[in-house]
Amino acid sequence: MSRTPQFSSVQEVRDRLSSTGYLPDDATATSVFLAGQLGKPLLVEGPAGVGKTELAKAVAAATGSQLVRLQCYEGIDEARALYEWNYRKQLLRIQAAGDERSWDSTHDEIFSAEFLLERPLLAAIRRTEPTVLLVDETDKADVEVEALLLEVLSEFQVTVPELGTIAASTRPFVVLTSNATRELSEALRRRCLYVHIGYPSAERELEIVLARVPQAPADLAEQIVRTVHALREMELKKSPSIAETLDWVHTLLALGLDTLDSATVRATLGTVTKHASDAEKAARMLKLG
Amino acid sequence: MADVGAHQVGEGLFGLLVQFARALRNSGIPVSASEEIDATAVTAAVDLTQRWQLREGLAAAMVKNPQHRRTFDVIFDIWFPSASGAPSTVDRQLRGDESDVDELRRRLTEALLRGDEDDLRRVAEQAVASLGRQSAGPGRQSWFSYRVMRQMSPETLISTLLADMLRRPDTDEPPSAMDEMVARATISDRTARFRRQVEAETRRRLVEERGADTVARHAVPALADQVDFLRATRDDLAELRRTVQPLARRLAARLAIRRRHPRRGRLDIRRTVRASLATGGAPVVTHFRPRRPHKPELVVLCDVSGSTASFAHFTLLLTRALREQFAKLRAFAFVDGCDEITRFLGPDIELPDAVSRLMSEARVVQFDGHSDYGRAFETFEDNWPDAVGPNTSLLILGDARTNFRDPGLASLKNLVSSARQAFWLNPEPRRHWDSGDSVAGQYAEVLPMVECRNASQLAHFVQQLLPH
Repeated sequence: MSRTPQFSSVQEVRDRLSSTGYLPDDATATSVFLAGQLGKPLLVEGPAGVGKTELAKAVAAATGSQLVRLQCYEGIDEARALYEWNYRKQLLRIQAAGDERSWDSTHDEIFSAEFLLERPLLAAIRRTEPTVLLVDETDKADVEVEALLLEVLSEFQVTVPELGTIAASTRPFVVLTSNATRELSEALRRRCLYVHIGYPSAERELEIVLARVPQAPADLAEQIVRTVHALREMELKKSPSIAETLDWVHTLLALGLDTLDSATVRATLGTVTKHASDAEKAARMLKLG
Repeated sequence: MADVGAHQVGEGLFGLLVQFARALRNSGIPVSASEEIDATAVTAAVDLTQRWQLREGLAAAMVKNPQHRRTFDVIFDIWFPSASGAPSTVDRQLRGDESDVDELRRRLTEALLRGDEDDLRRVAEQAVASLGRQSAGPGRQSWFSYRVMRQMSPETLISTLLADMLRRPDTDEPPSAMDEMVARATISDRTARFRRQVEAETRRRLVEERGADTVARHAVPALADQVDFLRATRDDLAELRRTVQPLARRLAARLAIRRRHPRRGRLDIRRTVRASLATGGAPVVTHFRPRRPHKPELVVLCDVSGSTASFAHFTLLLTRALREQFAKLRAFAFVDGCDEITRFLGPDIELPDAVSRLMSEARVVQFDGHSDYGRAFETFEDNWPDAVGPNTSLLILGDARTNFRDPGLASLKNLVSSARQAFWLNPEPRRHWDSGDSVAGQYAEVLPMVECRNASQLAHFVQQLLPH
């Protein structure tokens, strides 16, 4: 099986991701590079809205791969993650065949590729072009699915009893994200490379804002970033993340404002704080009249 | 091992990695053999002339829990020091007398104002070189970060920095209160970065002087969930408070998984029939009703006197965060009086506020402010006779140090016998029980007593407590 290490150096990761508008920090760039080199899945953790899913999209865009996404949720099972036989179509086929066909030939026919519903994991393995497989919010899935992931991600092959074993011809670049609602098993962690994306430093966040919203005046962007950093120090229920910073910049631009004073903050605090008690606390601590 | 630096590239690298992995394990970071192999592959892949690539690469392979990262960084600095000797940027003219301190403080002010990471690092290196050295016997020297921080005292620079940061040439208006708050937050963030740089540089100098092994034994901070409640510093407690929510969320999720065994409930005929329509009436997929979870009522009775206060607060915060897991949660606090504190733990109340209000508003101190378990149990029994019932899990938190007063065993026995289950959580290490005025042994005969010195032991206990 051929591997596809997609970057030749950490610097190249950084350059190519930056060109798609994603500015990785040292840890992210290094781990993306290594995930490609060692052919291991990359487990990305961090608070909501810091760009975990964006990272997978950026890797796909930077390497010209297609993104195959498995969105995990409570109760997702093998049939939703891997493959499923299309019962309805099979039933139709059996009824349409009528009496003239023998059971043996019908049987062979209804368990062929035509009746297989491909789900993301199988799709990623069967693809021959470069692929980025994103397993999003892995922590939402149940433990059983984690076991399935372990099996698929260690061998990159899937056995369908009626069809035989399907092995990947090109190993996909795998990114798993988690919000840590549930602690993922040790086994899964061991098999992955790990990177924790936290809130960025003020300098980097400013770069991100200017890269994503180039029309924002630098002064305004800096004021916003510094205010958001002050908010993060307050132990709010939900600290504002990069997504909220960007929302705030967009909001102020849409309102045609170019400076951030107390009144403006008061009026637009709702874009960055997501709980009533957080908004009150922020207003109190920022001493907004 | 004094010349670790020389081993960084080449033959010694693998040996060094093995020692490094061992140092990580000694500090409590689990590193498996397969992760060690990955680490080896990392060293082959990254550009070893870039030290940060090695650091981030090894972290990606060996650290799978963000709470372990700070400890990892310290150990990495010890085993893979950036260079030996004084950094080339250090100005050897400065020797640490009064005028140098002024010069250094001037440079620090500039660096803090600009907030550039490299500037801060250069000032930190210079400050450690000039101010951090102390001779420790003939031909030996030692390095101390607190000497540097005391003389640099960045906190005394705040007013200068604030004035500079808030100065706006184009207007005469005074800066708003909000601008000042934001500027203060920015300054304290940068000061914290400077402090970390100074600590890192001091550690590097120490490693050079003493060798990695010695430094690793003394200078590596404990992991947050392993910090003793009774010895926690203010920083540790802040860190612990931040771990409460994620810890509670993980515990809650783990419990939810344990409860969600769909096949244990009764068959849900309506959903099963509905699902069978898709398969021509054959019930291929069966659905089951979820079981109704049993939720216990929890009563927490905690000693909030001096030494055990931080433990009690942390435990209260955790139980509060797990509120949804209990049918009912009531909390009582005592020192030598006893009062209900449930009202301070409402969902809308901020955690640090709750703690300070609790101490000032609740009647927990009646007399001299020293723990009196006997009186506290009696007061509790008299004033809230129906708080503990047959559905209640009772948790008592305290170090069982009675100041040689009446332990109140009779009241305690009554309480325990009317509860469904009862536990005593003691933040002292087991070997200190029954020493001095501790009557842990007597209490342990009445109800099970559990050693609960750190967050990880507490989490383990809470998980056991909740129903399966």
